[in-house]
Amino acid sequence: MTALLTVSDLQVGFQDRGRIMRAVDGVSLSVDRGRTLGVVGESGCGKSVTSLAIMGLVPQPPGVIQGGEITFDGKNLLALPPKEMRALRGGRIGMIFQEPMTSLNPVYTCGEQINETLRAHGMSAPDKARARAIELLDLVGLPSPAKRIDDYPHQLSGGQRQRVMIAIALANDPDLLIADEPTTALDVTIQAQILQLMKDLQNRTGMAILLVTHDLGVVAETCDDVVVMYAGLVVERASTASLYSDPQHPYTIGLMAAVPRITAKAERLDTIDGTLPPPWVQIPGCRFAPRCPLATDKCRAEQPPMREITPGHQVACWFAPIDERITTP
Amino acid sequence: MLDTLAKRLLQSIPVLIGVLVLGFLLVQLSPGDPARVFAGAMAPPEVVEQIREKMGLDRSLWTQFWGYVERVMHGDLGRSFISNKTVTSELLAAIVPTMELMIACLIWSIPLGIGMGTLAAVWRGSLVDRAVMAFSVAGVSLPIFFICLLLIQWFGVKWQLFPFIGRGGPLWTVEGLRHIALPALSLGLIFIGPVARMTRSSVLEVLRLDHVRTARSKGLNESQVILRHGLRNALIPVVTLVGLQAGYLLGGAVVTETVFSYPGIGRLSVGAILSADYPLAQGCILVLALAFIIINMIVDILYAILDPRVQKR
Ligand SMILES: Nc1ncnc2c1ncn2[C@@H]1O[C@H](COP(=O)(O)OP(=O)(O)OP(=O)(O)O)[C@@H](O)[C@H]1O
Ligand SMILES: [Mg+2]
Repeated sequence: MTALLTVSDLQVGFQDRGRIMRAVDGVSLSVDRGRTLGVVGESGCGKSVTSLAIMGLVPQPPGVIQGGEITFDGKNLLALPPKEMRALRGGRIGMIFQEPMTSLNPVYTCGEQINETLRAHGMSAPDKARARAIELLDLVGLPSPAKRIDDYPHQLSGGQRQRVMIAIALANDPDLLIADEPTTALDVTIQAQILQLMKDLQNRTGMAILLVTHDLGVVAETCDDVVVMYAGLVVERASTASLYSDPQHPYTIGLMAAVPRITAKAERLDTIDGTLPPPWVQIPGCRFAPRCPLATDKCRAEQPPMREITPGHQVACWFAPIDERITTP
Repeated sequence: MLDTLAKRLLQSIPVLIGVLVLGFLLVQLSPGDPARVFAGAMAPPEVVEQIREKMGLDRSLWTQFWGYVERVMHGDLGRSFISNKTVTSELLAAIVPTMELMIACLIWSIPLGIGMGTLAAVWRGSLVDRAVMAFSVAGVSLPIFFICLLLIQWFGVKWQLFPFIGRGGPLWTVEGLRHIALPALSLGLIFIGPVARMTRSSVLEVLRLDHVRTARSKGLNESQVILRHGLRNALIPVVTLVGLQAGYLLGGAVVTETVFSYPGIGRLSVGAILSADYPLAQGCILVLALAFIIINMIVDILYAILDPRVQKR
């Protein structure tokens, strides 16, 4: 059986003063209908670039897709003619962006911005489009949608704008929803509401969700499977249950340790010592080695391949399968 | 929006007072003697004295100023020293041609400038971009009288396509159009450059914004993205900047009208100043200041139309 979306060995670079830095260096993942895949990793590891690449929205230049394949429902998106790609964008694939405050155009009303995507995908009758827009705003839980539809974005709060953004992404009943940190910029209660909303909508429509986040707490609550990214690479891949009960990669374990109690507001995952290496630094071995408490000479010299530790649980680390005792001092 | 306009009107009152004071002082400070100018160089001193008395020039500065303001309030701007017609009638006769010139200039140069700037932004770094930038630099750095002379030489003298002296009639007549062609062309040529440059930088800036990426994510095609989400938002700063260029345009009109002997406010002002026709010069300054205020109000209205965030505050 093939998944709805499969990304294999995706490589995306950015030109910068003559050299190309790899922002994404061999990412593979897949999501199926009705499932939610979480993509976690700290800031700058290439999560947004991966999502944009799926949408065909990596700014080129400076971006360059240097390799890999993205297959959506049997079609290779990287080779799709622009016109067909446009039909998918906002149609069968919807996307919600990280920045709710700036993702909507300030000079058009919410209704106009929803209508635009409806019209681009074939709903041309204005009264039908308006009715659909109101229905969508109601669906995403915007209070008194028939009135708010004529509001401009600056008249809405951040959470309300993100709801409008979700309405836009869902307007044409997508099969895949890419949500790039849909809640990072919002406060905790709104965060929970928005995530719940996405789950409800998924139950209703059976769409697949690719949920990008910093926040392992969010993953635990919403995702079926997880991909952990580090410096443009996937370092661990597992079902959520397996990842939480048996984390394998030292980076993942570090992330878990960095997760505060579920109730507290989730922090950014930067509590592991050290920082992400800048993309132009060539690291011959494991990229996490400079920060890894377990690193050996082998780690520094040779990049570990992805290996299956238990069925469905893969990790790129020479130490795996890891013994819990070694890591928790 | 009405609030903004009312505020603007109130703000323009000090400007108008300033203009009145300046226009008045102009007469006081200028080297010539108005009574002497009016009487004529050959008049005997007694006549000049008489005229001085009749014009009230012997009274105190304050009384004179107050009298002047009072007359202006009643719409009486005095009589031209030279033609002896009322200044109001001279001004009224010149306003229409100048407005026609402005319309004829803006109607092609603004859309063209905006179009050129947008193309330059979309094809940034391409030949089109470089051509547009070169053109606008040339337009900004060539003095306008030089452009006028070039146009006269080619279109007027060499190819004899258009007349280049005076006005041929109202704008909607063929002769009117033929006569306004060269003045409108030269005035527009200096205006296109700044408009194109502002549009280019504004569009470039807007196209980098998040909401443009959202527009693409909705499956809109590239021209919808650029026009509806790029250019539409980019127009907001462009309008402001165009408003700021209004003075530049009025100054250009003075030169253009003079070179083409076009009977508008610009030429009237230059004539009035050169011949020390003080009442007329005062009137012209008043009209130019009013024009400036009105242009800025139009800009405010456009701004409120283009940017919904302005209206609701
Ligand atoms: N338009 C661009 N031009 C140049 N470099 C870029 C561009 N977009 C992203 N990058 C680089 O790609 C790398 C990955 O960025 P990305 O936005 O995918 O990170 P992220 O994982 O989404 O981080 P965050 O959690 O902060 O959103 C970064 O080093 C970033 O500097
Ligand atoms: Mg991101």
